[in-house]
Amino acid sequence: MIGKLFRYNGGLKLPENKEQTTHRPIQPASVPPRLIIPVQQHIGTPAEPLVKVGDTVLKGQMIAKGNGLISAPVHASSSGIVVDIGEYPVPHPSGLTATCVVIEPDGLETMADHLPPIHDVTQYTPEEIRERIHQAGIVGLGGAGFPSHVKLAPKHQHMVEILLLNGAECEPYITCDDMLMRERPEEILKGMLIMRYALMAKRCIIGIEDNKPLAAKALREAITRLKLDDVEVIEVPSLYPNGGEKQLIRVITGIEIPANRLPIDYRIVCQNVGTAYAVARAIHHGEPLISRIITVTGAVGSPCNLEVPFGILASELISQCAGTMDHIDRIIMGGPMMGFALPNADVPVVKTTNCLLALNDNILPLPHKNRALPCIRCGSCATACPVNLLPQQLYWYARAKDFDKIQDYRLFDCIECGCCEYVCPSQIPLVQYFRFAKGQIWEQEREKKKSDIARERHEFRQHRIEREKEEKAARHKAKAAAVAEDTSGSDEKKAAIQAALERVKAKQSAPEPTDGNTEQS
Amino acid sequence: MLTAVLVLTLLALALGLILGFAAIRFKVEGNPVADQIDKLLPQTQCGQCGFPGCRPYAEAIARGEADINQCPPGGEQTIHALADLLGVEAKPLSAEHGEEKPKMVAVIDENICIGCTLCIQACPVDAILGAAKQMHTVIESECTGCELCVAPCPVDCIDMVPVKTGTRYWKWSLPPSQLERRA
Repeated sequence: MIGKLFRYNGGLKLPENKEQTTHRPIQPASVPPRLIIPVQQHIGTPAEPLVKVGDTVLKGQMIAKGNGLISAPVHASSSGIVVDIGEYPVPHPSGLTATCVVIEPDGLETMADHLPPIHDVTQYTPEEIRERIHQAGIVGLGGAGFPSHVKLAPKHQHMVEILLLNGAECEPYITCDDMLMRERPEEILKGMLIMRYALMAKRCIIGIEDNKPLAAKALREAITRLKLDDVEVIEVPSLYPNGGEKQLIRVITGIEIPANRLPIDYRIVCQNVGTAYAVARAIHHGEPLISRIITVTGAVGSPCNLEVPFGILASELISQCAGTMDHIDRIIMGGPMMGFALPNADVPVVKTTNCLLALNDNILPLPHKNRALPCIRCGSCATACPVNLLPQQLYWYARAKDFDKIQDYRLFDCIECGCCEYVCPSQIPLVQYFRFAKGQIWEQEREKKKSDIARERHEFRQHRIEREKEEKAARHKAKAAAVAEDTSGSDEKKAAIQAALERVKAKQSAPEPTDGNTEQS
Repeated sequence: MLTAVLVLTLLALALGLILGFAAIRFKVEGNPVADQIDKLLPQTQCGQCGFPGCRPYAEAIARGEADINQCPPGGEQTIHALADLLGVEAKPLSAEHGEEKPKMVAVIDENICIGCTLCIQACPVDAILGAAKQMHTVIESECTGCELCVAPCPVDCIDMVPVKTGTRYWKWSLPPSQLERRA
């Protein structure tokens, strides 16, 4: 078993601000008269809508099916009628719209029953369990939203050593995983066992930051109740960003996952505790992923954790927690470090939404923006960086749009945790510079691919035109040759033509006497 | 004296033979510089540079007959890439060849299209699908936005519309610089 803990360079001790939302139990959110459910709530290809306007849907019915391997289906989070399928604003830093299915709930909450519960997973193959997890639309609930069935499929059987459950929850304000671990530890453990079976993993570890003693206690008690001797709960020191996958693996196992490699290459799979809970609901109860726990906190009257069906608008949740938009300047989706400000409060919450943080200048003054000073190259950012990068250099190259150099400085190892930006005395919005550079590089790559295809198509077209020309010329030549052959073929014809030609010649030489006639007359 | 002349003559002959053999054996087909330039061009095949396609423009640059700032679809980025490759100073886009515009894609109004096939013949990348007296349509993913199909259309049914970004390909903008903030 693991005794010693490890640490990485950098990281920050942040004011936690978690106590506001941990003294009240998880409450169900009330279902509003309209649910707006985006068909893309995960990383990968958007799901394809399966329903039409006017259809009646049941709670948990699949309304959009996964499209390709890296995709996940979407289910109706309440029973009702589909009133529209169209473009609505979605929770995204751009404020753009995307395809959403709009449902008017009938309030009956009639469950669909397309996923029969499985009680004993060993009766099924790991492949069947993964397929069920896929059908239930489960994605990583830690924030990234990567489809879970992909992560649960190792290349070879018996290759996974450790299944690591991530309950670190290191970002300030967020407590949804903490409350879930306190209130529903048994379900989390059951979900973990299912994932362990799907992976055929040898060991299970749950990593929790030591600022959540109640959650750790609840899990340990549940482990004793379920008699799971080989599951370990490890408390790690509270340090941001311990909740990052590679960071938590480093702290617990001492293994540093290199750039461009995944934990699975080191026989480790890391899953969020919320994902484990969703897996248990899907397998043991046949419930697809249609709701999750969301922390609503900040400038609201009664900050708390809500169990929210997907599709409720952020503004509605704020008002359910006694917040008014008059006192709120901006809403952050996610935590204060890695979250983004919603350009519009009327966007639905989705599978990857773990927190809504309502802010005004009393709680957290708007950082930087209009206040950034020049970089003084103090190096604080490099000290704080948990992945050993040099943010001051990355910043410089991003500003200069030197995208080759910035990749030499390992831009793509940046996990956008925001530590550098937090410690920057000049308040430079460093992460935005890095996101800008990443976006530009991805776009250049896409354009490169597109231009390669265009070149190929253009060359093929020219080749085709050339070929058609040659074929035409060859056809003409063949025709001419055929005509020539025809004439030379029969002697009779030749003789006739010869005779005709001679007649013409004779006629042409004849005119002399007529000339003479004219002279005579 | 005679030995020295002889030795040098023989050496010259031997080396000449080696060079002559190498010139034949390791002959590079085409112009490698033109290939490299062609790789940096956006392949819209739009002809705005004054040459009938990206490849001829690349060859003209390689021969030193064209400047590096004649490609509006490539814009500033292409000019910088070309300047880097050729070791010359980057310069602003030449105004007579056009200006940098957002990415566009052609859309045929299918209610108006008469099926004349003129646009199909104009498209440099075969991105328009259709046949004589049949409705035509643009294959959006293949369209380079070159606008060459717009002019030949006798019923003016082709529009250039900006490419939709969507949340998937949206990208963060550069934070405003200090100077812009003060302004």
